[in-house]
Amino acid sequence: MSSDHDRKEMITRREAILRVSTMLGGVALVGQSAMLAGCAVGPVNRARATSSNTLFMQSDVELLDDIADTILPETSTPGARAAGVGPFIALMVSDTYHEPDQQILFAGLETLQTKCLSLYGAHFQVVASAQRLSLLEDLDAEQHLYMETREEGAPAHYFRMIKELTLLGYFTSEIGYRQAMRYTETPGRFEPCVPLAPGEKSWARHA
Amino acid sequence: MAEEEYDAIVVGSGISGGWAAKELTEKGLRVLMLERGKNVEHVKDYINAIKGPWEYAHRGRRTTAMERAYPVLKRDYPLNEKNLDWWASDKDSPYTEIKRFDWYRGYQVGGRSLLWGRQSYRWSDFDFEANARDGIAVDWPIRYADLAPWYDHVERFAGISGSHENMPQLPDGEFQPAMPLNCGEELVAERLKGSFNGRRRIISGRTANITRPLPGRTPCQYRNACWLGCPYGAYFSTQSSTLPAAMATNLLTLKPFAIVTELTYDRDRRRATGVNVLDAVTEKTVEYTAPLIFLCASTLNSAWVLMRSATDVWPGGLGSSSGELGHNLMDHHFRVGASGKLNESSLEQKYYVGDRPNGFYIPRYRNLFGDKREYLRGFGYQGGASRSGWERAVRELGIGGDFKDEMATPGGWSIGATAFGEMLPSHDNVVGIDETKTDKWGLPVLKIDCEIGENEQMMRVDMMNDMAEMLEESGVRDVTTNDSGYAPGMGIHEMGTARMGRDPKTSVLNSWNQVWDAPNVFVTDGSCMVSSACQNPSLTYMALTARAADHAVNELKRGNL
Repeated sequence: MSSDHDRKEMITRREAILRVSTMLGGVALVGQSAMLAGCAVGPVNRARATSSNTLFMQSDVELLDDIADTILPETSTPGARAAGVGPFIALMVSDTYHEPDQQILFAGLETLQTKCLSLYGAHFQVVASAQRLSLLEDLDAEQHLYMETREEGAPAHYFRMIKELTLLGYFTSEIGYRQAMRYTETPGRFEPCVPLAPGEKSWARHA
Repeated sequence: MAEEEYDAIVVGSGISGGWAAKELTEKGLRVLMLERGKNVEHVKDYINAIKGPWEYAHRGRRTTAMERAYPVLKRDYPLNEKNLDWWASDKDSPYTEIKRFDWYRGYQVGGRSLLWGRQSYRWSDFDFEANARDGIAVDWPIRYADLAPWYDHVERFAGISGSHENMPQLPDGEFQPAMPLNCGEELVAERLKGSFNGRRRIISGRTANITRPLPGRTPCQYRNACWLGCPYGAYFSTQSSTLPAAMATNLLTLKPFAIVTELTYDRDRRRATGVNVLDAVTEKTVEYTAPLIFLCASTLNSAWVLMRSATDVWPGGLGSSSGELGHNLMDHHFRVGASGKLNESSLEQKYYVGDRPNGFYIPRYRNLFGDKREYLRGFGYQGGASRSGWERAVRELGIGGDFKDEMATPGGWSIGATAFGEMLPSHDNVVGIDETKTDKWGLPVLKIDCEIGENEQMMRVDMMNDMAEMLEESGVRDVTTNDSGYAPGMGIHEMGTARMGRDPKTSVLNSWNQVWDAPNVFVTDGSCMVSSACQNPSLTYMALTARAADHAVNELKRGNL
């Protein structure tokens, strides 16, 4: 189909590199430094910081937990909150994001709350889970379209940042390794070709 | 004191230094091995080896504080949270880049043998004859036949797993059983056999990870966490392999924190007499003497030591009478290739168990067997096929419970490979001493002036397009090419700077790795290389070191040193 072809043409080199690095087992984080050079945003308001560890207030961390747990909720395995993803996002944004990206993320959280207020008349933390899911599905579609079509060098979408850190925080947590996926510290063998039943979990990688 | 008397001094404890220490002590010499960095004890000091991946605060990722502390290391993957202690500090040990050169160093006992990629390939006479055939630089003073028995020797002891393929450009060796290709790789390998006259072949990577036990070492457990140090000793490192052998002789003394600042030289006898050492902790200096010296401090640092030695005779240092000391720096250029999707119904319900620290290899085929390109030499590919993991979720649309559960199962198959290309030696690619800048210990640092040339640039076009062509020919879908850019040094395969040769006027070392102007000094790390080939070089350093050690002991006994 021509739409497939057009989409392929639109893939930027950065996306191609991300694809390769993903294939090779690494994740190029969108919020991390060099990939986002050149976006002009003001400095982070450090008055937000109330903890010695992160730039986030406790209420921010709770919001992040609520968002993460909506992206990756409890199913037959625990969800993102149980895996400590909210505090993980706060730590990663504080320690690994450069200031312009931190600013995008903070502004994004405010945008998210504003949308939630105008749609449902209440903050994200208190609206029903169906409303949370609906709002985040809209934001996911928004970030997906934006990320596939953005100009080379344009900043990442704040919800892509949150989603990415949620996935990283969850799937590299002990819950992610041992419950969502399968993990053996010492496989002890390499079997190059074994049957895979539908729904069978991934083997999580050690390194 | 008797304990301070040595028959030989080995400078450096990485792959080459470890082999020198093993071979010399096993031949009965009392050896002092000097290492500039800290000690790392086998297993005991692999502090992160059995840590759960979730136990790292940032799950292994780099922080902005780390980026500030490591302005060079941050340029590529080595800057990470898991084994940062094993990468040299950019702040303590700066250097000068006339042109960008990424220098990734391991300053500890074991050097980069703890961190290396472990791919191990023999060179062939296509490589040893290349300079003579092309009229480039100088001829290698040895041929494959000179090195073949030593490849046998080091492969047996180090433990190289690989398959016998009978390919003249990539000689077979004394291999342990190969790690197999997975079913995605096997499928593409089979299809590729029918194309390109069978000249382009996917084989299992030959790797210094053992698949059968060796003394004191357990076979690979398929954790693929080698660069944290292996508690099983399953990959070759100084610690797992050569150091225990040398220690078992009771003839080895290992001194960490010993920075060799120069070789001492007797101009009348035309022999080195020993080394001057700066203690990295106390900053005291001490001289050690011995009738034999193996300089294995790594390509750039061995050149630095030579440049600072015998300067009263030659202002440019020991070996500079050739005019080639510090010149002809090489690396392998890479970070270019292709990948695509393996949408095969036969693979949909196939998976693999265990994480193999290896992949596939496509040996060089360009400019061989009648193929002729615009450029000289060639390249090989390293790659792999795999099913995607949760990482694919980042780019996919979707949130919620079903999405989460799906992302915890294996995604589609993909396959890709990166090319490693030969870099021609050039007199203009040179390192020297920058007298205007010093390191933490007040020692002048190296300045590096190196770039790839037109030959490499032309080669990179093939390196990218050939892979896409092979994948498409094999039925791989959605093939995309990539070129992530390359700066010299990124391959961490530094070579040259003190090349071997047949003539003291144009080479620093003779055919036995002896410095022409000081035959009791053997240089057997990457600095001795006359060309770079496209195969990973470490196995060749091992073989050259073992061969040189044998010669050195024979010459010592004959009284020729």
